[in-house]
Amino acid sequence: MRLITATDLTLQQAGKTVMRNVNMHIDRGEIVTLVGPNGSGKSTLVKGLIGALTPQSGQVERLRGLRIGYVPQSLHMDGLLPLPVRRFLCLPHRHGADAIARALDEAGVPDLGNTQMRALSGGQFQRVLLARALLMGPDILILDEATQGLDQPGAAAFYRQIADVRSQLGCAVLMVSHDLHVVMAASDRVLCLNGHVCCEGTPDVVQDAPEYRALFGSGTQGAFAIYRHDHDHDHHHDHDHA
Amino acid sequence: MTTTIITTMTMLDDFLVRAGLAGVGTALAAAPLGCFVVWRRMAYFGDATAHAALLGVALSLAFQGPIILGVLATALIMAFLVMGLSGRGLAEDTLLGVLAHAALAFGLVSVSFLSGVRVDLMGYLFGDILAVSKTDLAIIWTGAAVVIGLMLWRWQRLLTTTLNPDLAQASGISARVEQLVLTVALALTVAVAIKAVGALLIGALLVIPPAAARPLARTPEAMAILTACVGVLSTLGGLGLAFELDTPTGPTIVCTATGLFVVGAVFGRFGRTG
Repeated sequence: MRLITATDLTLQQAGKTVMRNVNMHIDRGEIVTLVGPNGSGKSTLVKGLIGALTPQSGQVERLRGLRIGYVPQSLHMDGLLPLPVRRFLCLPHRHGADAIARALDEAGVPDLGNTQMRALSGGQFQRVLLARALLMGPDILILDEATQGLDQPGAAAFYRQIADVRSQLGCAVLMVSHDLHVVMAASDRVLCLNGHVCCEGTPDVVQDAPEYRALFGSGTQGAFAIYRHDHDHDHHHDHDHA
Repeated sequence: MTTTIITTMTMLDDFLVRAGLAGVGTALAAAPLGCFVVWRRMAYFGDATAHAALLGVALSLAFQGPIILGVLATALIMAFLVMGLSGRGLAEDTLLGVLAHAALAFGLVSVSFLSGVRVDLMGYLFGDILAVSKTDLAIIWTGAAVVIGLMLWRWQRLLTTTLNPDLAQASGISARVEQLVLTVALALTVAVAIKAVGALLIGALLVIPPAAARPLARTPEAMAILTACVGVLSTLGGLGLAFELDTPTGPTIVCTATGLFVVGAVFGRFGRTG
């Protein structure tokens, strides 16, 4: 079943066309990754897909009542707004204490409920954002460069958490990334972006596509295998509790 | 029952009671909105809207309409002008600086054209809370009730959009609609507050109480309630001080609020280190 379908989608940001004639879709339970260099329009496309940006032309169709668990690139918390994690998780919908505890646990940060948002470390912050997305009971998780500011092991642990969560919830995942070797192997489909969709397919296909090579070179090839996702093993990873 | 009503009505004959009630109503309306002004860094937006109110006063007098409508209309127009022009090349603070001061200047100039009418300019610039009539009181409390109702109704959505517009959009909340809600609330608050503190100092009433409450609050709700307390304390305290010292009331209210801001900052520091 199609969750989100984009047809001939063209998007503008600040008066400039950033994405041109995108045709894409995400099905139930699928993992789709958007890759592309900085400024290639990845985040713009995500904004178009969630409806935060009105298309210049073309259209986006979302399944009726689609629940989107959105984990943004970064949230700027400047300390003007006092906000404990527990309260943050109740925006915009309030949840019971049990549900909140469960979501924090699933996201790997069980003890942070009473911490102020601005006191969280980068890794904790992303996990709290994940917990909020989980509370929505999402049909699809959308992660926009969710590991920005995390180091390599931190990012890898975060993506393993996502894979865990997904195998429990069975939701679709749309990821945006430029750290390809961490992400690509777990994806069902990869779309390589540079102002338009350059190429798409399974990770192996995209990896070997000349368009992808032209954008990224072949330097990261060796690293693909390292984080290739494996469904059969247990996950023993440590979290960054401060 | 009837005696209570009669006592209340006689109490309203006392100009100090009316002034106090006007101040409390204004402070309550400004509290939740002021929090959003601080959280969303809209302080100059508030100023521009408030300064436009003076132009509204001039227009109402020229067309002999009710002041409240003129103020509401110009405040709304200014707010939409700012929203429409922002993000089009000029830096936000420059744009707001241009509009805020232009609105004030045009307002002052247009008031000077009204040769036939005697206008108490100082009253509109700095407020004239001691001259609040029963009709003014009714307007202030109706406006305050609408603003507070609006804030309570949209509270969760407004908070989510304030955090991040995309986050809100992903949950099906339109950031534009919430911006609109805040804009209307701001225009209403300006219209309500012009009598109490005047066009020049409305911005102060919006920003200083939440700034005073911030160091002492741990949740958004606590901050809004504390802001209301600070606001009420400032207006009543300022009113008393102005009466005692024979100083202009609007500025005295703002001075009192500033005093509470210092107290909040000091206590907040102790609370954090202790």
